[in-house]
Amino acid sequence: MKRYLGRKLAIYALTFFLAVTIDWMIPRFMPGNPVQTMLSRVSLRAEAVDALRGYYTRAFGLDVPVWQQYLNFWRAVFQGDLGVSIYLFPKRVSSILMEAVPYSIALLLPAILLSWLAGNKFGAFAARRKWLDNTLLPVGYLLTATPYMWLGVLLAWAFGIVLDVFPIAGAYSFQMSPHLSWAFIKDLLWHWFLPFASLFLVMFGGWAIGMRNMIIYELEADYSKYLESLGAPARLIRKYAFRNAMLPQITGLALQLGVIAVGAIVTEIVFSYPGIGHLLMQAIQNQDYFLIQGCFLFIIMGVLLANFAVDILYIIVDPRTRRGMVGES
Amino acid sequence: MRKWLVVALTVGLAGLLALGQVYPRNETLYVSGAAWGPPTDWNPFITWSKANTSGTVGLIYETLYFYDPINDELIPWLAESGEWRTDTVFVVKLRDGLTWQDGKPLTAEDVVFTFELGREYAEIWFSPRWDYLESVTAVDPLTVEFSFKGTVLYQEFQSDLYNVAIVPEHIWAGRSREDITSGANGQPVGSGAYRYLTHAQDRNVYVRNEDWWGTKLLGLKPAPKYIVEILFSSNNVALGSLLKGELDLSNNFLPGIGSLTALGYVKTYLPQPPYMLSANTAVLFLNTTKKPLDDPAFRKALAHAINVDDIINYAFAGLVQRADPTGLLPTMSKYVDQNVVARLGFAYNPTQARQLLAAAGYKDVDGDGFVEAPDGSKIALEVTCPFGWTDWMEAIRVIAASARAAGINIQDRTPDYGVWNTALVTGTFDMTLNNWASLSNTPWTLYNLLFNHPIRETMGSGNFGRYDNPQLFALVDQLAGTPPWDEAGMKAICSQIQEIMLNELPMIPLWYNGLWAQYREDVWQNFPGATEGRPHWLPSTWAGYWQMGGLHMLCELKPVP
Repeated sequence: MKRYLGRKLAIYALTFFLAVTIDWMIPRFMPGNPVQTMLSRVSLRAEAVDALRGYYTRAFGLDVPVWQQYLNFWRAVFQGDLGVSIYLFPKRVSSILMEAVPYSIALLLPAILLSWLAGNKFGAFAARRKWLDNTLLPVGYLLTATPYMWLGVLLAWAFGIVLDVFPIAGAYSFQMSPHLSWAFIKDLLWHWFLPFASLFLVMFGGWAIGMRNMIIYELEADYSKYLESLGAPARLIRKYAFRNAMLPQITGLALQLGVIAVGAIVTEIVFSYPGIGHLLMQAIQNQDYFLIQGCFLFIIMGVLLANFAVDILYIIVDPRTRRGMVGES
Repeated sequence: MRKWLVVALTVGLAGLLALGQVYPRNETLYVSGAAWGPPTDWNPFITWSKANTSGTVGLIYETLYFYDPINDELIPWLAESGEWRTDTVFVVKLRDGLTWQDGKPLTAEDVVFTFELGREYAEIWFSPRWDYLESVTAVDPLTVEFSFKGTVLYQEFQSDLYNVAIVPEHIWAGRSREDITSGANGQPVGSGAYRYLTHAQDRNVYVRNEDWWGTKLLGLKPAPKYIVEILFSSNNVALGSLLKGELDLSNNFLPGIGSLTALGYVKTYLPQPPYMLSANTAVLFLNTTKKPLDDPAFRKALAHAINVDDIINYAFAGLVQRADPTGLLPTMSKYVDQNVVARLGFAYNPTQARQLLAAAGYKDVDGDGFVEAPDGSKIALEVTCPFGWTDWMEAIRVIAASARAAGINIQDRTPDYGVWNTALVTGTFDMTLNNWASLSNTPWTLYNLLFNHPIRETMGSGNFGRYDNPQLFALVDQLAGTPPWDEAGMKAICSQIQEIMLNELPMIPLWYNGLWAQYREDVWQNFPGATEGRPHWLPSTWAGYWQMGGLHMLCELKPVP
């Protein structure tokens, strides 16, 4: 058990190091100078611009050699200091992230969990049921093959523009400020629904298809046939098949997390939903090194932690892994 | 575990309850178009972010003067009057009875304190004024005396009068350097007609200051109790919102507004094309350090080859108008020397463009349809603008196409903003569009952009094409140092600048970008307009425009009964 976890942790640490390094590198290799971009928004006399450019280049620590910037960056990361945003100066990156994180989590967590549960249930239910299978299969394939962004645009167009029943942008209406009332909560949910739905549907399709295929496979397995020949009820056989089919789906969840994170980013952009993805897009457009780093750092940590959680979950649900680790197989 | 969650949720939600509210529609003005990003600070000394909290100066903090561009007139605001006692002494009398939003009186000491901040901190944008400012002193609680030394840049100081926001000494005095020069100033206390209420990533909300001094002293009262300033995700959303009557005033660029105005869906300042007032000049900067753009004859031919009418019709659907060859905005037209323009001005004329090219030795030698330089080398130029600026992207397409039609090989390219910006300030571009000189009270603003000098490695705020002409630079400096009461002197210098500019044509002014403004009068009426009976103020909520008519517009609004 210890060795297993130790090895896992080492892999995670290495992944983290590489991902964060790339995260640091990429914005700096983008052409352009963020301080200049920021200052170009005001027209001043030449001397004033030169003075300000010097001042802010120093303030953001961009006047030291690149290797030193890299070391400073790691030091800051370990101190939990993500720096000051350039684009949203003078806000600190950490406080900007804190404002955006609740929206991303409110979108992602229900979408991932509900689509996984509902997709698996529905896939298992639909397998080997002719008419359902015939409808589920094409719809599921269609959904899972749809890019998140495209489905988002489609939903926004259909429900936001044509039917005009859902808002297509923002997290809550302009005539309100956040407060506790049914009106506000309704408004919040009303804005949340479409981005949630577009994430949910794409993932739902994928899980349902996967589960349906797994169940069919498991129903063909020897243990199912054996149970069947013993005269066990179909319900019971399906129950065992479902349990076995779950395992690859859990692995699938771990593998999918990265893709889902990217999906959430584009969905937030489509709906201008003020989460991390939306923020990241603006950070990139404005070449805000520190905000880009912060957003990616958050996503990297989120994906790694979720992966780790799935690893642990796997140990809990699959007795074989547990036994394998303590060497009692 | 679950219990803790419930407690945490309750506390959190109770916190929200304490803050929140719903704004009644008939007391709220919804506006958009000022911000390009989420609000981050309410510090009047950080200038580049003020677009995102445009009410910081004008609504919350106020300036000594306001400025009315339509009548080219400074309006005494915090100041009751101002007088140049001598060439180097300017005395401002403050109004009696000014108060801060916390009830404390606003006095001469606050004005002195504000200007002194510029002396102390080089990071503050008006800090370079202290090159020629000797002292700012409070003679008595209502009198401030500015005395100057050396070369006084009167033109610059004159626009500071309506741009430097006065801050309360009793709140700012104890702050650190960092707080003053780059702090967010999250709870701004100003002297203005509105207070900061709240904000989110996509909005700013202001609430009327019921104790505003202006109601007592000027008899002005802005009509909307709340102003919600919205950052829309795209201009299409803004348009949809406007047409539904959810948005009252949009200062976004919305192509096609012309036809909507004609159909009566929205109102604009002018009832006929170009519908909008002019806000700034779009100038085609030419990199004069590159061949063949270093040749005035070539530049002149190019100016005749660009079909500006096509830009106006296709890129802007008729919402802009052609710029004067001098580039000066219509509000500055009295500084245009019409004789110079008549002699040296240019207009779209492809035939003449070809003649000018031929006369200067540019001929199509290899028969590919494009001219070669007199030394036989091929000419291939690029014209750029940032990607995503759809109107400008169309404009440079027209520029390139009309130049090619006249025999000059130009291609249009749209790099990302960062790349474009770097090329602009480091001088690696061939030709590019720029409009960074905004509406102001002096022609010097434009010339400071066009002929920014000296030439440095990074040209961050003008003269991107690095046109080097000491004689012209001296004239621009001379203009900057001309006192505002010497209008004849200003005109004489402008005439000389225009003579050189139109002879040399180091850059080509093309059109005036509009002061985009379209309104629906479902909830509020009496928005500004050029027609009889409408208030003549600039209908804008952009940063810097609240004190150029925006606040007056609010005072003229009336609720629809």
